[in-house]
Amino acid sequence: MEVINNIFVIIRDVIAVMLGFFLPPTLVEAIIAVLVISVFLGFMTVNVMMQVWAERKTIAYMQDRFGPNRVGPFGLMQSVADAVKLLTKEDIIPTHADKWVFRLGPIIVVSTALMVYGVMPFGDGMVIADLNIGILFAISIASIGTIGFLMSGWSSNNKYALLGAMRAVAQMVSYEIPLVLSIIGVVMLVGSLQMSEIVKAQSGLWFVIWQPLGFVIFFIAGLAEINRTPFDMVEADSEIVAGYFIEYSGMRFAVFYLAEYMSAFASAAIAVTLFFGGWQGPLLPPYIWFLLKVWLIFFVMIWIRATLPRVRVDQLMGFAWKVLIPLALLNIFLTGAILQPWYQGLVQGLAK
Amino acid sequence: MNDPVVILAFAVLAIVMLVSAAAVVLLRNIVHCALFLALSFLSVAGIYILLNAEFLAAVQILIYAGAVMILLLFAIMLTQRAGAIAENPPNNQVGMAAVVAVALFGLLALVLSGTSWLTGAPAATQPNTEALGRALFEYYVLPFEIASVLLLVAMIGAIVIARED
Repeated sequence: MEVINNIFVIIRDVIAVMLGFFLPPTLVEAIIAVLVISVFLGFMTVNVMMQVWAERKTIAYMQDRFGPNRVGPFGLMQSVADAVKLLTKEDIIPTHADKWVFRLGPIIVVSTALMVYGVMPFGDGMVIADLNIGILFAISIASIGTIGFLMSGWSSNNKYALLGAMRAVAQMVSYEIPLVLSIIGVVMLVGSLQMSEIVKAQSGLWFVIWQPLGFVIFFIAGLAEINRTPFDMVEADSEIVAGYFIEYSGMRFAVFYLAEYMSAFASAAIAVTLFFGGWQGPLLPPYIWFLLKVWLIFFVMIWIRATLPRVRVDQLMGFAWKVLIPLALLNIFLTGAILQPWYQGLVQGLAK
Repeated sequence: MNDPVVILAFAVLAIVMLVSAAAVVLLRNIVHCALFLALSFLSVAGIYILLNAEFLAAVQILIYAGAVMILLLFAIMLTQRAGAIAENPPNNQVGMAAVVAVALFGLLALVLSGTSWLTGAPAATQPNTEALGRALFEYYVLPFEIASVLLLVAMIGAIVIARED
C-alpha cells in the first residue's frame, strides 16, 4: 500500500540514485527537474484534452444533446483530432500586428498557467517545489498571466482584441483582491503559506467547514479570474467575437485554450488544497483522491457554465467591489476573532 | 554564495535587468518600454530569491509585475491618441537629465562605498515570512499603520478627483 501511495516519488528517487552513481549532484538535480517537468507537461496536456471532452459532453447532456460521439469510443478522441487539426493549420500573423509581442503573448499566458502547478501537492511529498511561500507564489505567478492577455490583445491591432484584453485586465485585477483576501482566512488558521502545511492542517476537519464564506468567495473570484461563465465577459462571443485571441489561429489559438483549461484546473486544485483537505482521503492513493476532488470541482464549473447567463460589465465590477471584498474582509475579521485567546477559552469552558 | 550556479544565476539576472532597464528608456514604442519594465521587475524578484528573501520576491512579482505594470499598461492603452502615436516623449532635456543622473550616481556611490557591508555567511534559510510579519506588526507597527492610512487617503483622493459630478 505504501508503495502504491508513493509510487511516483519512489520512481523519481530511484532514477536520482541511479544517475548519482556516475553524475555530479548538481547535474542529477537538473536532470530530475527536467524529467519531472516533462512528465508533468505530458500529463497536463492529456488532462486538458479530457477536460475539453468532459465539458463538451456534460454540457451536451445537460442540453439534451449527445455531444461529440463520432471520433473514438464516446467521442473520446475528439480532442486529439482537434489538436492534430490545429497543429497542422497555417500560422497567420496579421500584417499590422506587433510581431514579437504577438508571438510572446500566448507563450506568457500558457507558461504562467503551468508554473502555478509548481507548488501544487498531488500527494504526500508529490510536489515539484514545496516552497515555504507556496500559495503566495501561485497567486503572484497567476497575476503575471494578465500581462500576457494584454500583450496579445494589444499587439493584434484589432478593436475587438483590445476591448477583450481591457475587459480581461479590469476583471482580473478587480477579482484578484477578493481572491487573495479569501485565502488569508486559511493562512491565518494554518500559520503558514506552505501548501504541504496547509494540507496537513486539514487532517482532522476540512477548512471548508471552518471557512465556508472564504470558500464561496474564493470559488466565485476564481471563476472570474479564469474568465469562465458567468464571468466570461472577456471573450463574450456575442459582443466582441472572441476577445483578446480573435486574431490568433492554429497552434497559437490552441495554446490559449490549453492555458484556459489549465488555469481552470489549477483554480480547482487550489480550492481542493485550501478547503477540501488536498490529497488526504481513506483507502485510495493520495493522487487519486486529489484528482477526484479536483475533477469534482471542475464538474461544478461546467455545471455553472451550462446553467447561468453571462453578467454585465457594471454588475461584474460592482459585485467584486461592493459585495465580495467587504465579505472577504468580514471573513478575515471573524477568523481573527476565533483565533483570539478569550474565544478559545470560551470554547474550552463550554466544552467542560 | 560561492556556488557557481548561484553566481551564474546572478549574472544572468543582472544582465537581463540592466538590458531591459536600458530598453525602457531607449525604445521608441512606449508599450514596449512598459513591457521591458515588467521584465526588469521580474529580474529584481529573481535577485531577491537568490538572497533568500522569497516572500519579498513574491510580493515584488504580485505588486510590481502584476498590479503596477498592469495599471501602467492600461493607462497607456486608454490614453493613446492619434497625435502621439505610442512614442516616448521627446528626449530634448539631455543636459538636465545628465546632471540628475550624474548626481544620483555620485550619491549612490558615496553611500555604497561608505556602508560597512555584512560579508559573513547569510543567516540560515529559516522561514523569514513569519519573522517579517512579526517585525511589521510588533516593532514597526506605527510606521506600518501610518503607511496604511497614507494609502487610504491617496485612494480616497483619487476617487474624489475621478468622480464626474
